Amino acid sequence: MYVAVKGGERAIDNAHRLLAEDRRGDPAVPELDLKQIEQQLALAVDRVMAEGSLYDRELAALAIKQARGDLLEAIFLLRAYRTTLPRLAVSEPLNTAAMAINRRISAAFKDLPGGQVLGPTFDYTHRLLDFTWAEPHGADTGTDAATGKTLPQAMPRVLQLLDGEGLIEPPRADAPTRPVADLTREAMTLPAERDLRLQNLARGDEGFLLALGYSTQRGYGNTHPFAGEIRMGEVAVEIVPEELGFAVEIGEITVTECEMINQFQGSAEHLPQFTRGYGLTFGQGERKAMAMALVDRALRARELGETPSSPAQDEEFVLYHSDNVEASGFVQHLKLPHYVDFQAELELLRRLRANASDPSPDADPNDHGPKP
Amino acid sequence: MNPVTEPTLPGYNFAYLDEQTKRMIRRALLKAVAIPGYQAPFGSREMPLPYGWGTGGIQVTASILGPNDVLKVIDQGADDTTNAVSIRRFFARTAGVRTTEKVAEATVIQTRHRIPEQPLRDHQILVYQVPIPEPLRFMEPRETETRKMHALQEYGVMHVKLYEDIARYGRIAHAYDYPVLVNGRYVMKPSPIPKFDNPKMDRMPALQLFGAGREKRIYAVPPYTSVKSLDFEDYPFEIQRWNQCCALCGAADSFLDEVVIDDRGGRMFVCSDTEYCHSRRAALPRGARESGS
Amino acid sequence: MAYSHAVTAPGFDEPVLQAQQVFRALLTAQSQPGRIVKVDSVATLPPLYPATMALLLTLVDRDTPLWLDLSPSPWEAVSSHLRFHCGCPIVTAPFDAAFAVLSRPEKMPDFSAFSLGSDECPDRSTTLIIQVETLLEHRGRRWAGPGIADARRVHVAELPEHFWRQWRNNHALFPRGVDVIFTQADHLLALPRSVHVAEDN
Repeated sequence: MYVAVKGGERAIDNAHRLLAEDRRGDPAVPELDLKQIEQQLALAVDRVMAEGSLYDRELAALAIKQARGDLLEAIFLLRAYRTTLPRLAVSEPLNTAAMAINRRISAAFKDLPGGQVLGPTFDYTHRLLDFTWAEPHGADTGTDAATGKTLPQAMPRVLQLLDGEGLIEPPRADAPTRPVADLTREAMTLPAERDLRLQNLARGDEGFLLALGYSTQRGYGNTHPFAGEIRMGEVAVEIVPEELGFAVEIGEITVTECEMINQFQGSAEHLPQFTRGYGLTFGQGERKAMAMALVDRALRARELGETPSSPAQDEEFVLYHSDNVEASGFVQHLKLPHYVDFQAELELLRRLRANASDPSPDADPNDHGPKP
Repeated sequence: MNPVTEPTLPGYNFAYLDEQTKRMIRRALLKAVAIPGYQAPFGSREMPLPYGWGTGGIQVTASILGPNDVLKVIDQGADDTTNAVSIRRFFARTAGVRTTEKVAEATVIQTRHRIPEQPLRDHQILVYQVPIPEPLRFMEPRETETRKMHALQEYGVMHVKLYEDIARYGRIAHAYDYPVLVNGRYVMKPSPIPKFDNPKMDRMPALQLFGAGREKRIYAVPPYTSVKSLDFEDYPFEIQRWNQCCALCGAADSFLDEVVIDDRGGRMFVCSDTEYCHSRRAALPRGARESGS
Repeated sequence: MAYSHAVTAPGFDEPVLQAQQVFRALLTAQSQPGRIVKVDSVATLPPLYPATMALLLTLVDRDTPLWLDLSPSPWEAVSSHLRFHCGCPIVTAPFDAAFAVLSRPEKMPDFSAFSLGSDECPDRSTTLIIQVETLLEHRGRRWAGPGIADARRVHVAELPEHFWRQWRNNHALFPRGVDVIFTQADHLLALPRSVHVAEDN
């Protein structure tokens, strides 16, 4: 009996072997290659990059393959790899106004300079399982897909149009002298400024943010949101090398940005104005970007003079529970043996029960079972 | 200087963490030692093992470990539980250090939920894996509040909580993770060790380091530092006791695990500290040893 | 000239292993205050002792502002050397420093010039590395506190009169306060804020 808990080494080796077998599946079925994952499961790759906080399509595809398609596990793999990478430079802020647009919509205006550009969206598909996809589909020669080329160069931001009239709060350049906070380098300190909150939300679990954003719409901290603008496309990443002193472009990344327009407020000193909520993700992550913008606005309650009363407005609650690598690890650690603690509790419980039925101090709670 | 031990994991630094991260953790450790019991924040990193599975302890160990160290890893007192094996392998793989099961041979002992029965000495370091470092957390969930309470040394809620236990159950109903007062200043969580182990922390000759990875906190108890389990004059702190001895080695002074041996309620009690049990059995006369195993 | 001299001076031969060894020596010193420990010798630049240089190479980087107690020319070389090997910002206000090097303890500023941390975040304080000419165990003032089994006697020479008076105030601020590491040649000795030092010898 006692030896049953031994043999941990062999058990682990066997588990790893079984995992490798299951990962490969039926050897008669061709093995996935990373290019296939990267190209054909591109939105899974995007999510893993976003929450894994590392923009690298190939590594994200590898993580998905290694994780057998478990995206949270893939995010964890990518994070654990990312943490060992040296930090060579810090980029300049992305200029999303200069984005090469693939999709851009506004729910606030019917038409606007630059127009509405649907791009590659599920939005108006009918969610009917399409059995033609059960067979290889070949290359789609969609001729209309070339519309991107005719897009106008200038795509002014929708919120800028409102800003021109003073109808929305101006974007705030929070203390530009202070370095931007980075929760991957230092433990969070609360209350958090908006830079730290946005970083936390950008890495946060999509499901968690979706539920929180949804809760604000159902009245738990309603912010009366309008999707002012959602844009998705490629932006340039620039750094300023110490020795050059000017910005150079090091590459392009795809991002999705959501600017939410929220309820106006006014006071004796200030005319009523719309307020902002902001979301940004790597790749195509519209649902995440929108949820993030809702939660960002909800978390600004204190700053905008609202009394926080709902979960989405509760900074500590949101920021400490948004990270799925932390959450998944701690929930699943309950699988680890706890028999020492359990034994301690068991002994205590027996003692309490024994005391209740026999208050004499010598009542022995553990006096049961066969004697040695 | 010893020759560089060749790490067996290509592409990664000695003991996995990069040097910048180690420096950050080392600075936090020095502050933690200077302020016994204070939870120093640190920029905890994602590790290749999940949060909640010892990432805090692993980061502390990775930051202190050198090629001359001898490492022992235990979980629930045992060297051979799967998570202890996994962590020991991680360091054997990334740092190439010698590992051991013997307390006396180890320079660094990483533990989850137990303190070895054999007393530690002053050249040794005990690294605890900590899930929830904040002793006031379940009375006050907010970090911003508990930080103030520690600053003002305002521990009334903790005493109220313990006193409520006495009112309801006639005793303090905390069996593990029993709060302690360190150096007369900070209330500290000893990590979920059974309270049986609490007295071992008091004036321990070894350095005790605590790492909470997910919660991003490090704290410490220097050698020979007062660690007092909270109690009341009329309800003094007491530890668990068993009427049984270990069924294998006969120890009457160790923490016992209860093992269910059949489906008719039969059970036996054996040492939770497997190495303690082994060494005691090895010292028994031959005949006695055989009947014990 | 000072610059080229500085960048050609080596840091650690084996950065990973030496940093680990120096840190462990320091961790021993910090957790057993009053105990003198030796560190592996390392190339240094005057006026820094090898032990001071070893500490800086081990602990300091771009996240830790450093303050040095002198500005004349030798420090130019030292500053460039540290910027090169550690990448640390060198600050002019002691209060902004995570670490401060004091090569002339007799002229050191009051502790209050440094960061003492706050009651909520007492760890956000400056660590002082003070170079002295003599460190002796088993004689001198009586130290007591965490890390010390009973009491330890320690003699640190060439400290100004007011140092121990300031230390008393520093200890009374606990958990706030500075921590001190004394260095002498390739030896070091730690005096964390938790230690009580008796009035006289």
